[in-house]
Amino acid sequence: MDALRTENLTKIFKRFTAVDRLTLSVPAGGIFGLVGPDGAGKTTVMRLLAAVMIPTAGEAWVLGHHSVREAERIKERIGYMSQRFGLYEDLTVIENINFYSDIYGVTAGRRRETVRELLSFSGLEAFQKRRAGDLSGGMKQKLGLACALVHRPALLLLDEPTNGVDPVSRRDFWRILYRLLAEGVTIVVSTAYLDEAERCGRIGLMHKGRLLATGTPADVKRLMKETILEVRATVPRRAAAVLKDAMGSEAVSLFGDKVHVATDVPGKDTEMVAELLRKERIEVGDIRPVEPELEDVFVSVLAKDRENGIHG
Amino acid sequence: MNLRRLRAVSRKEFIQIARDPRSLGMAIAIPMLLLLLFGYALTLDVDNVPLVVWDQDGTHESREFISRFTGSPYFSLYRYVENYRDIESAVDAGKALAGLVIPRGFAGRTGSGRKADVQLILDGSDSNTATLAAGYAEAVTLIYSQETVAANFRCLGGVEPLPPLDVRTRVWYNPDLDSKNYIIPGLIAVIMSIIAALLTSLTVAREWERGTMEQLISTPVKVPELVLGKLIPYFTIGLFDVLMAVLMGEFLFQVPLRGNVALLFVMAAVFLSGALSLGMLISIVTKNQLLASQVAIVSTFLPSFLLSGFMYPISTMPQVVQSITYIIPARYFVALLKGIYLKGVGLDILFFEAGLLLLFGCVIVITANVKFRKLLE
Repeated sequence: MDALRTENLTKIFKRFTAVDRLTLSVPAGGIFGLVGPDGAGKTTVMRLLAAVMIPTAGEAWVLGHHSVREAERIKERIGYMSQRFGLYEDLTVIENINFYSDIYGVTAGRRRETVRELLSFSGLEAFQKRRAGDLSGGMKQKLGLACALVHRPALLLLDEPTNGVDPVSRRDFWRILYRLLAEGVTIVVSTAYLDEAERCGRIGLMHKGRLLATGTPADVKRLMKETILEVRATVPRRAAAVLKDAMGSEAVSLFGDKVHVATDVPGKDTEMVAELLRKERIEVGDIRPVEPELEDVFVSVLAKDRENGIHG
Repeated sequence: MNLRRLRAVSRKEFIQIARDPRSLGMAIAIPMLLLLLFGYALTLDVDNVPLVVWDQDGTHESREFISRFTGSPYFSLYRYVENYRDIESAVDAGKALAGLVIPRGFAGRTGSGRKADVQLILDGSDSNTATLAAGYAEAVTLIYSQETVAANFRCLGGVEPLPPLDVRTRVWYNPDLDSKNYIIPGLIAVIMSIIAALLTSLTVAREWERGTMEQLISTPVKVPELVLGKLIPYFTIGLFDVLMAVLMGEFLFQVPLRGNVALLFVMAAVFLSGALSLGMLISIVTKNQLLASQVAIVSTFLPSFLLSGFMYPISTMPQVVQSITYIIPARYFVALLKGIYLKGVGLDILFFEAGLLLLFGCVIVITANVKFRKLLE
């Protein structure tokens, strides 16, 4: 059974189309990543799925319930974490958890066990009496997750939960998500981080409100027809600038200290890259074809999208 | 409606208020402060009008007449002068509000049963005070001249003539015509309408602004649970404010409370439900704290001050304005408090006001519930 399904889901704000005819289905029991740059419409999709926003057109079913007609049924069974920290900063950790336990109608008997468990796996035990506003970014996100889990939801909707969180806390957070996955919770997470997208069972690439591709990260990578040439140079930033000038900015991107060049003719372009950099007196270490990363796919898909836009 | 959720919402709100000294201060200190300020400043009585006197006669009789003024609580002597220029400068400088001139020959004329004139000069730039001062002066003069006439008759061995008409005024409900006795009850009503709307005008808007509302509306919490849950703490604070105001009225301003105290608090509870819900409705609609508090102040302050019958009696307003006052809840609360305080009347007399206040409360509570959507735009 699908945990959620949308059909031509559309949301238009005044003149701006945030979500454009999104058709998607997410099977139960997995982590689905909604991946895209800022402004792609991820947050709007999450809000539509959490039944806190009415779509302009199209429909969505979450856990078998219609997102508009049965919004309240959905809210009983999902856990939603908004992008912005949504808990009460002037309440303590335990007060926030107790508040949401009451709101979700968690009975006293089950509550003690659940709260103890949530505090222990989120590592918040020692901070129970601390005000939520005094927690670090990573801790806040864990508290948010704990509050979204008090009623043991079947589906978790997490809107950019690790945005602005330090790398160690991010890794902790994902460890918790895998544990929940093992317990049978379906997780839909939106992210702008492509390394996080790699951790998802399935992903959907979003750009400008449209879903460009869905599948496992490997499936999505296979969409990429071009070969990626990895260029190691002593001054990668300058090298990337030179190559962008000569070969077009869609084809060239900077990955840390490496430059990636997407090409249909790897043999010919390897020589061309070497030649271009030599002319600029940039020392080149190594040029070799590598497996594409999600970011390469993204760059290429976006580039094609832009071309399509220009040609109609 | 789920009681556990209702309790959770109001407990959360209580904690938040208790941890925010500003909102707590606003909720409790400001109404007390307003009552103090307005209670002392808004007295409409005129007493101790500074009086400048030019006694041209300088006789025993003229001094006796002057002492009738200066010995009354309404006038106090600023100084004696010897010419009109000094009267003028005293009034111009605001040192005196009235000038009394007793012409030469005053004693001679009154002693021989002839008509004597005295002159009163008033600073009319404050017409209200001038009118009242003129009234007092007339009364003082009238009493003096009646006594003089009677004394003259007795001297001549005649019988004291009866005045053709004898008006005996009895003022009910506020026999001393002490303005604080009717200002304080009205003031409590006016202050509570402003504070109540202001208190709740922030509560929903704050959650939208801080982003906590998005999380909250993603849960199965019901709208009435949210609205009522948020009202309960402010309702408690509101009743506490009324209690403090009544205590201040009793012990500080010594306003007699003739009616039933329980009825007063029941009516205050009815009023608060409506006034607090109005603030919440504003908060729900605006979703913005600054805008909500401004709308709350504008929509309660002026109407409750000017159109509630607190400052000006409704019966003397133009017909159109009179009809507008029907939609101002403070109008009913002012009438109820004045009725309970001054006349000591019960629900048998006040059922019209009580009923409309209840109706207002119900309409606003329902509207607030309807307008609250668990949705982002």
